[in-house]
Order: sequence, then structure tokens, then C-alpha cells
Amino acid sequence: MLSRVADSLYWMSRYLERAEHTARLVNVNLNLTLDRAPADAARHWGRLLASLPDPPSWQIRATPDVVERATVDLANRESIAACVGAARENARQVREEISSEMWEEINRLYLAVQKRQPVDSEWTAGTHEFLSATINGVHQIQGVTDATMTHGEGWHYIELGRYLERASATAALLDVQFREAPPDAGGLPGVSEFVEWVGLLKSCCAFEAYCRHYTADVRPQRIAEFLVLNPEFPRSIHFAAARVQAALRAIAGLTGRTNGRSERLAGRLLASLDYGQIDEIMGELPSYLQGIVRQAALINSAVHQQYIAYPIDIGLA
Amino acid sequence: MRPESAGETGSLARLRHLPQFQSYALGQAYDEMFDERGVTREHYAALYERLGAVDPQELRQRQTAADLAFLHQGITFTVYGQNEGTERIFPYDLIPRILTAGEWDTIERGLTQRITALNLFLKDLYGDAKVLDDGVVPRELVYSCRHFRREMQGVAVRHDIYVSVAGTDLVRLPDGSFAVLEDNLRVPSGVSYMLTNRQVIKRIFPLLFSSYDVRPVDHYGQSLLATLRALAPAHRPDPTIVLLTPGVFNSAYFEHTFLARQMGIALVEGRDLFVHDNIVYMRTTAGPQRVDVIYRRVDDDFIDPLAFRADSTLGVPGLFNAYRSGNVALTNAIGTGVADDKALYVYVPKLIKYYLGQDPILANIETWQMSKDRERQHVLDRLDEVVVKAVGESGGYGMLIGPHSTAAQRDEFRRAILTDPRNYIAQPTLALSAAPCFVDGRVEPRHVDLRPYILSGEQVVIVPGGLTRVALKKGSLVVNSSQGGGSKDTWVLHANAASRPGASPAGGL
Repeated sequence: MLSRVADSLYWMSRYLERAEHTARLVNVNLNLTLDRAPADAARHWGRLLASLPDPPSWQIRATPDVVERATVDLANRESIAACVGAARENARQVREEISSEMWEEINRLYLAVQKRQPVDSEWTAGTHEFLSATINGVHQIQGVTDATMTHGEGWHYIELGRYLERASATAALLDVQFREAPPDAGGLPGVSEFVEWVGLLKSCCAFEAYCRHYTADVRPQRIAEFLVLNPEFPRSIHFAAARVQAALRAIAGLTGRTNGRSERLAGRLLASLDYGQIDEIMGELPSYLQGIVRQAALINSAVHQQYIAYPIDIGLA
Repeated sequence: MRPESAGETGSLARLRHLPQFQSYALGQAYDEMFDERGVTREHYAALYERLGAVDPQELRQRQTAADLAFLHQGITFTVYGQNEGTERIFPYDLIPRILTAGEWDTIERGLTQRITALNLFLKDLYGDAKVLDDGVVPRELVYSCRHFRREMQGVAVRHDIYVSVAGTDLVRLPDGSFAVLEDNLRVPSGVSYMLTNRQVIKRIFPLLFSSYDVRPVDHYGQSLLATLRALAPAHRPDPTIVLLTPGVFNSAYFEHTFLARQMGIALVEGRDLFVHDNIVYMRTTAGPQRVDVIYRRVDDDFIDPLAFRADSTLGVPGLFNAYRSGNVALTNAIGTGVADDKALYVYVPKLIKYYLGQDPILANIETWQMSKDRERQHVLDRLDEVVVKAVGESGGYGMLIGPHSTAAQRDEFRRAILTDPRNYIAQPTLALSAAPCFVDGRVEPRHVDLRPYILSGEQVVIVPGGLTRVALKKGSLVVNSSQGGGSKDTWVLHANAASRPGASPAGGL
């Protein structure tokens, strides 16, 4: 597979995951901030958006600011519209590699998001529809990808991009949330915090799954355990790290480049999650989560050096 | 010519018994659907009946469905000169253009003859150049051509096939015969629209399609792949074939991805390739992989910054040397543009005679060369009647259409011709044939041309069909997509297959 193609598939997938993550984050927190004072709501948003890969530099005054900037503002590189646009641009560069069905879904999502340009007065009314359409669109693309694309090397780059982005984004979100509201070890939160913690779970699509696992007894430490260490929930860091490692092993096998740096880094990350214990982690949670974000960044650059931008003389030797 | 004024004769009354055809006027041009008396041509009869039986509102809905299909599949082209990366769909007309087996047979033989002669010419020109010694083509014409590549002198080309992919523009004259308007021998585009138009029309008009016995075009991808495979260096039995694109901002990018997917070959950009010891490699995740055949959709000028334009970032440094060493095949070969120069066009009938000893099956359009004093004066005296074209341009750029021009435009071209006569030719304004098109709920005639695609590898293959381009503006003669043209599907019928009205008794579309 061409290196450039692998790179585009990987980034297409990362941008889609990022768009979905932002859409869910905004959607959930729109509800949460409805019954808050504007200043309070603004602080809340500021905290959440600080978890995104490229935290905004603009001043947040009230909820509508955030909604517009985070969703449809193309000048903000991390807005949903910009992410979908970037994903489609990457997909367009590899049109011949992805299935026509995938392309049609990506294009459909792109056209739907584009229709929101420029922002009109009806915007605020249709926000939820827009956000749900984005989330659904990304889910459809993922489904069509798994159903119509050969699960070969290219598909593994898509997996790699999605789960690396997810591990990193979830860790960053947990980090800001726990830093802001340090949990009393194991205690029950008050009413207002309860809403916040449920919001965190919902941002990760995890509330129902959490309840099934621990009942509706919402405790910060359990939330951390669930979102960091649960091996079966598809949005936990552990699950994502396992998929990253599997994708990298498959790619190494298919290209005959085993025992590379990226595989080693991914294996180490997975092992730390495999054998991690929540009571040990809780003591140093911020540095633990920041460590995960850093390791994800290292894996990203290792993949780049190993498969995309390797020096030619090494390749020809 | 006067496209709207003519044809108001009594015979038109006969046309008007179907409401959709009420504003259909026959001009001086050949009409693809009706003869000069207004009687439906036999192979169009079934289409005419069915169109008449359908509610215009339903036609409109089908047109919308077709447009949406193109938009959702991202079948778009990029318009230059506007915001960077503006994507548009290529306007699509629902009503197919139909050619009989007999008409196609002439076209096929004529194009085969023409491409054979042109390949022999290129081999000769870049070899011993006997054609120049014999005075068939003036030496100065060749040497002053911008697309003549001295670098190609003496370079061995596999099977002596310089042009393996050509797209020749044909027009139909008022007497019904086809003539060649221009040869496109460098990087002709549009074949993806031929293929997608067919896919779309099958979806939109399934009953109509099955009632005609249409020859398929879907095997173009395989034929192209076989052609490319035949060009691989002899010592590379299992060649790696790639398609080289200038990238996502090129107007034909959709087509490049489409063809790569149809053939199952890698779509590469210049930055994916590199040359080491005169061997071309592509950078893959598993390490460098050797490349044997490059179907390049990048112009000569940009293909290798070391050999041609040094400021090109689209090409591959060292590619030309690898090509000369015989380690990689490029198609079309470098330097084929000399044979589709509009000034050389005049000599193609002579070349056919010279190399094949045959008379041309498809005629040329009468062409005046501005480098010849008498012909130039003839043209300058009637700039408002003729079409003037810059010889090196394509895509409808650098063109003056006399009858539709302003005095200022004519003055500009007069000055340009006098400054650089070699760079211009002129032709009479042609009455391109007209075909029925669906416009605002009615059926009206619009001018069309035809671009069949010719493949030459071990043999010449022409997929039965081509791209029928339509000048969608009323009376306009310019069919290029960059100038507001559209396209329609082209049906070539099987021999001895009249339409099969019995196939779908309901008579729907």
C-alpha cells in the first residue's frame, strides 16, 4: 500500500472520530448547561473544550458562542464542520482505495454539514438535529466501512486512526473532568455533581453501559475504572488500546516490518492497562491520564516514521 | 449559421402532435432524431414514442434523481479561475444519443485508420524523420511546435506505440457524415463520464434501455488495463502498473480515481514516486516497490523537473532518464502533442495517404493556416464568420467564435494572429448536428459532438460509444465542460437490431 494512502486513511478516520467526539460532547453538555447561570455555563464549556486536541483561544461568554464555534465555524480547525471537511478531503485523495459505498456516506455527511454554511438564525433551533445527524453519519460510515471494505492493510489504518484518537480524547476528557472536581475517594457525589458525572458518562456514550455494570450508583472512582480499564466497553481506553495494538500487529505482519517501535509502544500501553488497578491509579490519576495522551502521540509519530516518511536508503537496503 | 431562424416550415406541424416537442425547431444543422421533413428517424422512433407517453413532470423528477446521483457519488469536476477547489457536477442530459451499427462501423474504421497513421508518423518523426525529408509535412511546422520534444529523438518506444489512449472529437456535418474536429493525443479526459452516464441511465430509464439493443461499454477498464500491460518492458512479465495524477486539485481528479479503481491499480502522485539508478519506485508501507508502467495524466511539461519544467512539483525527478533507459513505460509517450497540434491537423489526411496508401475514411474540417499569407488574408476579411483557434490550446480556451463575438474580441484576435500567425488556425463555423435534449420540461434540440476513446496496444480497440458533449445554451456551439457544456449517454446499437418495442409492452421509460 502506498504510504500516502495509508496516511490519508489514518487521518480520515481520526478526523471522523474527532467530529463524533466533539458532537457528543457539545450535545450532552448543551443539556447540562441549560439550567445554569451564563458565567457558570461559560466556565463549564471552557473546561470541556480544554480537553480537545487544539484548545480554543477565543473568549467564551455564553453557550451560543461555543455551539457555533465548536460545530460549524470553519475557521476553527477543530470544529465539527472542519473535521468532517478534512475527513472528506482525505477520503477524496484515496477514492480508489475505499469502497464507493463508504465514499457516498462520507460525501453525504459532508454535504449535510455544508448545508449549515453560513450559520443562519434558525441555527440554534436545529442544533440537536445537526449534532445527532453528525453522530449518526459517523456511525453509518463506520458500519459501511466494516461491511464493504476488505479488512486488509488499509482497513487496519482506519482502525488504528479511530482507536488512537479515541484513547487520546477519552483520556484528555477524563483528565479535565477529574482535575476540576477532585473526587472524595469512593464517596457519593451531591446532586449538582451527580448531573456532571452522568454528563461525563453520556459524553462517552457510557451511561447505560455503566448502569448495567455497576447499577445507577454513580461514583467517580467507578466511572474512572469503567472508562479507563473496562476491557469490553468500546469507548474505554483499555478497549481502544487493545484495538490499536491489534491493528499495528496486523500491519506489521502484512508489511513484513515486525518488532518496530510503534508496535513496542502500543504493546507497552496495552500491558499497563491490562494489569492496572483502579485504586493504584486513582492516587496519580492526572499524570496517569496525561501519560496516556503522551503515549498516543508517540505511537502516532512512530507509525509516521516507520511506514509513511521512512528514509529511502533504509528502504532500498 | 443561424440556428434558430431556419426550419420554420410546414413539416414542423407534424412534430407538434406531442406536447413535449412543441418548441422543437429544425435548424440547418443535421438533426439526430428527425430528418429534414420532420419525420422521426427509424432508430429514434421508439424513444420518441416513449418520451411522448411520459408526463413532463416525471421527466423532471428523473432529471433531479440523476443530478442527485452524480452529486452524492461526488462525480464532479473542478472549475479553474474561481475559488480554488470549486466542485461542480458535469451537467447531464437524460435523453440518450443513438447511433446505428452502420454509423458506428464507419467511425470505428475511420478512427482505427487515423490512429494507426498517427502512430506511424510519431515513430518516423522521432526516428529517421523521412516524412520531413519527403516534404509531406513542412520541417518548420514541426520544429516550431511547442509540443515537439527533441529529447525523444531516438528513444525506443515499446511496440512503437506512442499514443495508446486517444480521444478524438468528431462532429456531424449537415449532410450527416462524421468529420474529425481534433485529435487529443496527450492526456484526453472524459471517459469516466462515458461510463458513469451509462450507469446512471440504466437506473433512470431501465425500460427504455432494455427496449434498445445497446452495445455495452463497461469493459473499457479491462481493455485499458490490457493495453497498459502490453506496454510493460519485455523483461518484466508481471508488471506493476500505476496511474499518475497531478492530484486532487486537477479538474479530472474524479476520473483518475475512477479509472484506478476500475483497473485495480494504484493511483499515485509525483511525490509517491522516486527514481534510483534509473529505476522507478513507489513508496509503500512495506518499503519501496518497483514500478513498470505509468499511465500518466500529467502533461509532458510537468512530468520531470530535471528534463522539462524545473518548477514542476507534480512530476518525478529523473523519470525521463528511467524512461529512456527502457526501465519504465510511460503512456502516452512523451512528445505526442506534436501530432495533435491544430496546425499539424491539416496534414493528417496526407499522412494517412503517405503511411497507409489509403484515402481517409473520416474527413477533416476545412482549415486555414494563419502562417500562410493568402489563407490569413481570407480569414482576416471574414473574422465574424469563422472560428479561430490557438493551436496549442484545448478545452475551449483560446477560441474565437466569429458569429457570436464582439468587435473588441475580433480586434484582439486580429492583433494576436498578426503577431504570431503560426499559433493560430481558422475553420468555417460549423453547423454541428443537433440532438434532442430535455430543457425546462420540454424537448429541444441542442448542438452535440462525439468523443470516442481509442486504445492502441497490441491492437486497436474502440469501445462502442463515447462521450456525447452538449452545448446546453440555446444556439451555442461550444460543448466543453469548462465552458458550460454538458453530456449525455451515447448508445451504439447492435447490427441488425431494430428497436425491440415488444420487450416492455407498457411503453414506459
